[in-house]
Amino acid sequence: MSKNDFILESDGIYKSYRMGATEVKVLKGVNLAVKHGEFVAIVGASGSGKSTLLHILGALDRSDKGIVKFEGRQLNHYGSSELNRFRNKMVGFVFQFYHLLDELNVLENVYLPAMALKTTFGWFACRRWAKSRARELLDLLGLADRANHKPYQLSGGERQRVAIGRALMNEPRILLADEPTGNLDSATGNGILDVLEKLNRAGQTIIMVTHDERIAERADRIITLADGKIEHKSI
Amino acid sequence: MYKIILAIRYLVKRRITYFAVAAVALCVFIVVVVMTVLTGLVSDFKQKNHSFVGDCVIGTESLVGFAYYEDFIKILGKEDFIEGVSPVIKSYALISRKGSEQNYGVEIMGIDPVKHSQTTGFSQTLHYHENDVSNVFKPVKDPNCMGCVLGIDLALERDEQGRYTYGFSPAEADIALAITCFPLTAKGALAKAGGLGLVNTKTFCYSDTSQSGLARVDSSIIYLPFEQAQLLCGMAEPGKRINAIHIKFKKGVNLNAGCERVTSLWQQFKQKRADELLNTVTVQSWKSNRRAYIAAMEKEQAMMTALFGLVGITTVFIILVVFYMIISHKSKDIGILKSIGVSNANVIQLFLGFAFLVGLLGSVIGSVGGWRFLVHINQIENWLFNHFGFQLWDRSIYAIGDIPNQVELSVLIVIIFSAIVACLAGALIPTWQAAKLKPVEILQVSQL
Repeated sequence: MSKNDFILESDGIYKSYRMGATEVKVLKGVNLAVKHGEFVAIVGASGSGKSTLLHILGALDRSDKGIVKFEGRQLNHYGSSELNRFRNKMVGFVFQFYHLLDELNVLENVYLPAMALKTTFGWFACRRWAKSRARELLDLLGLADRANHKPYQLSGGERQRVAIGRALMNEPRILLADEPTGNLDSATGNGILDVLEKLNRAGQTIIMVTHDERIAERADRIITLADGKIEHKSI
Repeated sequence: MYKIILAIRYLVKRRITYFAVAAVALCVFIVVVVMTVLTGLVSDFKQKNHSFVGDCVIGTESLVGFAYYEDFIKILGKEDFIEGVSPVIKSYALISRKGSEQNYGVEIMGIDPVKHSQTTGFSQTLHYHENDVSNVFKPVKDPNCMGCVLGIDLALERDEQGRYTYGFSPAEADIALAITCFPLTAKGALAKAGGLGLVNTKTFCYSDTSQSGLARVDSSIIYLPFEQAQLLCGMAEPGKRINAIHIKFKKGVNLNAGCERVTSLWQQFKQKRADELLNTVTVQSWKSNRRAYIAAMEKEQAMMTALFGLVGITTVFIILVVFYMIISHKSKDIGILKSIGVSNANVIQLFLGFAFLVGLLGSVIGSVGGWRFLVHINQIENWLFNHFGFQLWDRSIYAIGDIPNQVELSVLIVIIFSAIVACLAGALIPTWQAAKLKPVEILQVSQL
């Protein structure tokens, strides 16, 4: 297998937090490699460091030690504006609690990433494309008729689909999902997993964090995290 | 673009924002009203002082006065930048109404009414002779009697609303006043002047009143014909003396430049004459001449401005508290924005834009409210007086007509600008702290 097949690699990731006088070591040397188009599930008990690992992989947090490479380039070498660009263009995040902006409607929430790095004039130049892309995504996610609704007017499953739409807006290379079904009933959760599977079949690389083994089984590969280390890999 | 959209939505949708807008509006309202009234009073007071003395005054504090004024007036008359020149006698006197034994101390000003009106706003202060100033010292009732113009507060009383009651006119009344002066020699000793004796007394008839709008002037000055005042003060002897020359510059002449030219002319004139009295004479612009009176008002204005600076600091603090609350509610949004690549600088811009909108909206509401209030301030005060007896200034004491209510655009711009800056300053610390937040810290489940 060529090195170029890997879209994301981590090598010896360490991360610890201070809780009062105690230092809690969350990650203790995590090595990981994810191929283009893979659907990887990271499972582990609560507090095993899965979300922390996902945040480090998506440049929302920094590791204390170790390297994260995206398409062969180390994220540690990125400047702050490059990191912002990476978060905007290369990765899309889906959170357990959806994290939509209450002041924006569904359509605006979806095309928000397209606006984020644009100047006002830049936005005016591309707004038609962005709105059309957002509508396309909402159509794909079965929310075409909810475009003008506010997040509080949607069900949990619908909100999560809006969050997926937002994550996909800038056509990211990787979709990072942190317990995407954790706040949903099983039927709605299955619906979200169906969407993720469908996206993966279309070529989208996905890394999903979950504590539920059954949900993880929907992925191509499961990585188990225990006590801050990868315990077992199965393909 | 998302910054504009979100800033507007935060402004419209967050109820707590209304409190911030209301706080700014209230502060702006108060400052606009108080500063307009105060600035109006100061500017009106300055304008009245300017009108009272003209542009420039060559004068001495000494009651002895100075000589050679006629020669210098001739020199001034040849200058193209001078519009009018008026020699003035200034002294103190005792007056008593004929037949009464009561005496009052007053100031007298001996003027040529026509020249003085060309130099100052004297004619506009007259009640009966505004358009006939040359006859102001000719009483209608008794043209043979020498007339005198009384400062209005010496002649009349005001009612509670500040109106003077002209119960009798000089045409009807026959009021004679005995005016007593103490003539001085050029050396400052009491003199026998005009064959009258050590104490000069002459009788004048009330011919008009003068209302300059300056309380001290209107309550203490009596205007007399120039020659008569000169005689009374013992200044009409050879080597005639006066106390001041009031000058008006032609339109477009810069005040300081005009005064400098007059000073230069006076210095040249003085050098040619060996007279010690001339050394007591100074050349002053109207501002310097009336500094003692204007400075008090300006100091009051400066104090009020400083006090309202404290109001501004309070506004900054209110905005700071409100923004702390708003931003702590919006920390999730900051985490979301950062997770999609928004930079710290853009987070700061977003919330400072929001603060700008709060400041702008509050300022506009406060300014419009203040302006509407000022338009009706006199009606409101009249209504309060008629219904509750409340008056901002007791018109029977203060020489104030209407409350000034002309909003100055420059003052308004400064107030609006300051309010917006105060909002930005108040929002800066919480915004800065918000921008420094790490997205993972905000978006962690435990933080929700």
